[in-house]
Formats: sequence, C-alpha cells, structure tokens
Amino acid sequence: MTDNTKQLLRIRNLRMAANTANGPLEIIKGIDLDLQPGEVLGLVGESGAGKSTLGLASMGYSRDGCQFTDGVVEFKGRDILGISSKERRALRGCQIAYVAQSAAASFNPAYKLIDQYAEGPLFHGEGNREAAETDAVDLYKQMRLPNPEEIGFRYPHQISGGQLQRAMTAMAMSCRPDLIVFDEPTTALDVTTQIEVLTAIRNIVEEFNTAAIYITHDLAVVAQMADRIMVLKDGQLVEEADTQAMLSDPQESYTKTLWSVRSIEKRKKPLPDAAEKPLLSVKHVDACYGDTQVLHDISFDIYRGRTVAVVGESGSGKSTTAKVICGLLNADKGAIEFEGNQLPNCFKDRTKEDLRHIQFIYQMPDTALNPKQKIKDIIGRPVKFYLGLTGAALEKRVRALMEMIELDPEIFMNRYPDELSGGQKQRVGIARALAAEPDFIICDEVTSALDQLVAEGILKLLMRLQDELNLSYMFITHDLATVRAIADDVIVMQKGKVIEQGETEKMFKPPHHEYTELLLSSVPEMDPDWLSNLQKQRETEVT
Amino acid sequence: MNNLTKQIGQRLALGVGTLFVVSILIFIGIELLPGDLAQEILGQSATPETVAAFRQELGLDKSPFVRYIDWLGAALQGDFGRSLANGRELSELLSGRLLNTLFLAGFAAIISVPLAILLGLLCAMYRNSWFDRTINTAALTSISLPEFFVAYLLILFLAVQNNVFPALAQVESATSFGDALYRTFLPALTLILVVVAHMMRMTRASIINVLSRPYIEMANLKGLSRWRVIFKHALPNALGPIINVVALNLAYLIVGVVVVEVVFVYPGLGQLLVDSVVKRDIPIVQAVGLFFASTYIVLNLLADILSILTNPRLRHAK
Repeated sequence: MTDNTKQLLRIRNLRMAANTANGPLEIIKGIDLDLQPGEVLGLVGESGAGKSTLGLASMGYSRDGCQFTDGVVEFKGRDILGISSKERRALRGCQIAYVAQSAAASFNPAYKLIDQYAEGPLFHGEGNREAAETDAVDLYKQMRLPNPEEIGFRYPHQISGGQLQRAMTAMAMSCRPDLIVFDEPTTALDVTTQIEVLTAIRNIVEEFNTAAIYITHDLAVVAQMADRIMVLKDGQLVEEADTQAMLSDPQESYTKTLWSVRSIEKRKKPLPDAAEKPLLSVKHVDACYGDTQVLHDISFDIYRGRTVAVVGESGSGKSTTAKVICGLLNADKGAIEFEGNQLPNCFKDRTKEDLRHIQFIYQMPDTALNPKQKIKDIIGRPVKFYLGLTGAALEKRVRALMEMIELDPEIFMNRYPDELSGGQKQRVGIARALAAEPDFIICDEVTSALDQLVAEGILKLLMRLQDELNLSYMFITHDLATVRAIADDVIVMQKGKVIEQGETEKMFKPPHHEYTELLLSSVPEMDPDWLSNLQKQRETEVT
Repeated sequence: MNNLTKQIGQRLALGVGTLFVVSILIFIGIELLPGDLAQEILGQSATPETVAAFRQELGLDKSPFVRYIDWLGAALQGDFGRSLANGRELSELLSGRLLNTLFLAGFAAIISVPLAILLGLLCAMYRNSWFDRTINTAALTSISLPEFFVAYLLILFLAVQNNVFPALAQVESATSFGDALYRTFLPALTLILVVVAHMMRMTRASIINVLSRPYIEMANLKGLSRWRVIFKHALPNALGPIINVVALNLAYLIVGVVVVEVVFVYPGLGQLLVDSVVKRDIPIVQAVGLFFASTYIVLNLLADILSILTNPRLRHAK
C-alpha cells in the first residue's frame, strides 16, 4: 500500500458524464491515477480520449455540461470532490494551477500580464502586490522572456503566442503550486517556438520540484517532458508505463499504432522534363498588408502532378503567398502565371475558368463549412457553379465525389457539418475543392487541427487523389514530418522571403541553410533525451 | 494613440454631419405640413391682406432655401426665434422645460442604470436559477406593457388606493429639490420599469456570451470567487454592447417620455412639443426636434467613444 498522505494526487475509479441531447454520455470510464510529489505524468491520446477532462478533474473542476458521477479525487490525502466549492477555490491557482492550450485566448484581453499574474497571489493571500511584481519579473527571467522587467506591463494582444505561453506558465507558478496541469501548451505553436516553451517549462518544473500532468497528443513532446506516460482512449486507460519503457516497448496494439504514425510510403516521382512548362509560376511577387511589406520577391514554380510543401514559422508569409495566388491579396509587383498565362491580380477580374483551376482547402474544417448547409449542398454548389450541372446529373456527380473521399453518400449526403467528426469535415472540404475539377489545390495547414491518426488518413487520401487525377498541391505546413512524408519539393520561407528551395530528399540532407537547419533540428524526436541534448548543443554553439 | 484620436475625430465629424442632415430633414418635414402657415394661424376669417402681411413678417415669402439658411445661422448662434403663440424668446421658454426633462431623465437614469447592470450581472452569475427566471419574467412583463398602462397602474395603486405619491407631477421653479423628487417619483418609477428590462437583458446576454471564453475558465481555475470572475473578468470585456444599450435608453429617457409626461401632466419638453404641434408653433417644434436629434447623436457618439476607450486593443497599439 502506498502512503496516502505522502502521495500528491490519487484518483480512484473516476467516472464522468457529459449531458447530450440523447441523455448523459460517459466520457471518463473508471480511471485510476496516482502522482507523487515532483513527478511529471504525461497523458496521451487522440481528441475525445478524455485527456483534458481528466486533467481538469484533478483540480476538482468539470466543464459546463459535464459532471462527476462516481469515484474519488484526493489531493494530499483530502477528497476534493467532497469539499465545498469555496474550499476547492482556495486550492485552485494556489496549490494546483492550470496552463491552457491557447494562452492567447486564456489571458484576459482587458488586463496587463502583470495584473493577471498578481491576481492569484493577492486573492489567495500570498503576499502583497509589490512582492508579486518582483516575483513575476524573476519568473519571467527564468522563463527567458525578452525584457522581463517590462513585458509584464504589456497587454496580451501585444506579445506573441510563444511568449504568452511562457507568461502563462509563469502565472501558474505565481503561488508555487504543488501541481500544475499543462493542457497541450505547445500544440498551437510552431516547432521553433515550441522548443523554447518546452525548455522553459521543463526547467521551471525541475527548479521548483513541481509535480505536473502534461496533456498532449504529440508523443515526441511527451517523451521530453514526462517521467511516466498514460495512454487514454475513449475515456479509458489503455496502457501506463515509465517513459523509457513505453517508448521502447509499448504493449497494447493501440499504443503501437500511435507510435507507428507517419507510415506513409511515398513513391519517388521523376523530375519533370527540362522542356515541361510549369503549371503555376510565381514570379518575383511583392505584397503588403497596409504599409508593411510582407512578401519580398517570391518566386517558385509548381509542376503538374507534384506536391510542393511551403514551410516556415508562423508569420513567415506562407499563407500570404497562397492568398496572392488566389487573388485574395493583390501583389504589388510580379506576376502569377497559370500554364504560361498571366492571371489578373484580383480574383474579381479572373474568369470563372481561371478560378476553377485553383482551389483551396482550409486549416479549420470546423469553420470552413457552412453549418446551415447539408453536405450535398456544400459539395453540390461548386459543381453547379463551375460545371453547370443540375438535377440528376448534379446528384450523380456529388455521389461520385463523396465516394472519392470515402464517405458513404447514403449516410452523409443529408447530414449537417455538426454531425461529422473533424476528419470527416476535412474530407468534405477536400470534396468541395475537387468538385471544381481543378488542376491545382492549395492545402493550408489542412492536418494541423487533426489528430495524428486522422491526419494520416487525410494525407493518404490526398496522395491517392493526386495519383488518380494528376493534381498539383501547394502544401502549406509547419510540420516537417508531414513534408517528409508527402512532398516532392520544398520551399522554405522566413520573414516573407524564400530562403531555400529544392527537391525534398536533397533538402533533408545536409548541408542546409542555417534557418532550414534550425527548423529541422527543432522537430521533436521520440528520444527522451532529445531536448536535453539539443539544449546542450545549442548552448555550446552560442558560447 | 494617434490611431485613437483619429478614430474619435472620425466619429465626431460623423456626428456633426448627421446633425446637419437631421436639421435639413426637420426643416423639410415642416415645409411639407399641409396648408398655409399664416392662414392656419390667423384663422379662416383673416383678410388676404392680413395674411400677406403676416407671411412677410414670418419670412414665408422668401424661398425655402433662404429661410433654412437664416434659421440654421440663427440657431447656430443660440437664437431659435420667438414662439408664434405668445411671442416669447424660445431660448428662455425652452430652458425651464429642458431642465425639467433632464431632471426626470436623470432621476430615472441614476436608479435604473446601476440597477439594470447589477441585476444583469446577478442573472448571468446565477443563470437558469429561480432568481434568474423570476427577474427575467418580471423584466419581460414590464417591457411588454405599454408605458401609459404602467403609469395608470402605478397611479391607481400608489396615488388613488393608497395615497403615497401624488398622481400629478407638478413642479415649478420654486419647488425644493426633495419635494421635486417626491412629486416626480411616479413618472420616474414608470420610466425605470420601462428601461431597466432592456438594459438588464442586454447585460445578461453579453456577460453570458463572454462567460464561454477560455479566459473565464482560466479565471475560475485560478480559484477566484464567482463575483470576482463576473465583475473583474467578464464585465470589462462585455462593456461594448452594454454601453450602447445604456446610451439608447438614456436617449429614450430624454426624448421618448412624451406619453409619460402627458399622463402625469409634467411640464417637460415632450409636453411642450405636443402642445406646439397642435398650435402650429413651428419655431418651437423645430427647436425641440433639433434638440431631441442632438441628444440621440451626442449620446450615441459618447457610447462609441467609450466603447473604443474600453477596448485595450484599440487603446494600446501593438
């Protein structure tokens, strides 16, 4: 028997249910969890596995529409589900703190960072405002935030996502809690920023010997952070083991499938003939938002049947380039040529035929589909608009498109987007792009909102469609693993400029451009020592 | 900061422009009134000579355009002309009425605005509880009843059956402040009942909208008290719509009280307007119309500027 009073967190047979239109639905199905002081536990699983719900449950918190139905949650030997809500509030923020997925959305836009930092300690009676401010500056320094003395006096919208995420971790530390719940803190960040945040989080957790629950769907990330990993699926525990053992020798088949993602086998395509004309050429394009120039002399070619990946951090101009190609943003200089013909700058001046050739698949399938339209209408609309089909011919075409994206028309035609999962919605997004029978599709971070397994399905589908229909893709992403898996050519962008471009295989082999090297080395690997080694390596490089 | 002054400047310019357009509309509206003004005032028995002389005195023989410019020019200097009915200076005649109107509006506003926001916050905090439901039902009831009906009910219960407050809100310049409050209590209460519901429901809705944001969950997970979460974290981010609905209701308190003033025989601007329309006292109608329009414009302008000032994204550039 373990000593209950020494143990930090002890959850037994936890059951939680969500209220749905069809009555309560069990989302946590009898989970046990133990955490010792100073220990970091990783919770891994796809979305819907109950990771966040379980993380919040360890603070005695359930979101609106969810409730605890059975089980105990003990913090330092005290049942925190049984105590009054006032007593629970006294624990939260003080002894158990929370770091949310999107710091940009979780900081109150109306207050300066330091006000939000000081609020917890003052409210819980841990010192005065002055002490809290000094402390904040100290922690900002430890989190390696730029200008630690001043950054606290800025509003959330004035600083970047990666910095906010570190400021939020500092805020969680403000009362020196015994436990912090990290809910996917780096999911919304790009790889180079992710490293900074991961390093900062790990250092500070070690420094104060804080226990943590680290929730993520990225195995390589959790490998860096956690001492022990729990794999969840559908509200149940699949497997639990120390990080080393879990990585080297997963037992359950579900865990193994998680470990073996990126199993896409790409056939190598021959280089295009020297005589072949590119399908789309971007020639010396400059573009501005207002007075700020965001694209500088962008040039590249995309050939028929090939996938070109555009990579770079957020703010590097990837999506802006896509906007210029679509005519949503006017290029100030340069030209977009399609099959050798220059396209008008603005989409309004392009012919229907010009528009039909270039289609777009969006990052967020949740917001890209009209929630008030049935799937058949969402897919049918471009068929009607571009190809002029109506009646039975239209329906036949919609059915064929749905079969192409592997959604059964009988089941899905009359459904609304809300009745589909994220992956299914993204498939509808693909069908909508295909409906115009385009030659060229821009895929803007199409898998970044999806789980790894679902994302893999989408990528495989895109590859198959490319083979069947001889499509060209411009694949915007910050995920280099995806690039390696599907791209024929790579374009690396930084600060609105093309830094490097070439065939994928060559790009992944040294020597690299300095920035490409930084991007490549920032992709987390499954090795638990990867982050420590990288940190050491980068430090020695600096000195 | 530059951007902010620019935005506020734009709103101000827009307000002045709107006021100008409104002045034209008021003038045209009065031009469109049927019949000859001089004839109407002098009555059917007047000789054509008298009518012609009177027309000249009123300036009606000039073109409408010239008359508009004359009127606007004088109005800009604070001279709204004389009443046709009794020949008194308008600025003198209006000021007393204006004070009465502002007094009643202020009385109702000072109670209704904080009350509405407080009730809205409480309803959002305890949403779907019996408290929320009771307040909402009461609010809906008071919004659905016509204001004159509410006024007569109050008179029936508080003046006729129980003689607590006077049924007639008669105030003069000699009435003391406390006495004035007592005498105008029933019209003020009527107005409060009419405007509270609207503001309270808007407050509740915009707070509930903000409560679903991640930063509210964060505030809860920091262990803050419910009241602090609502008041410190939700309210500042819900101020935009609340400020706007408050401004609309304040404007209503000044401009829309005609019916209530008539019921309680309260000597405010609304009464004056109704009387003057009946008497064809055109300068008064024009002046009061212009004043009501300016009230709407100024209050909405203030609401816009306050909304900008309470938004940190606009106040502090990147």
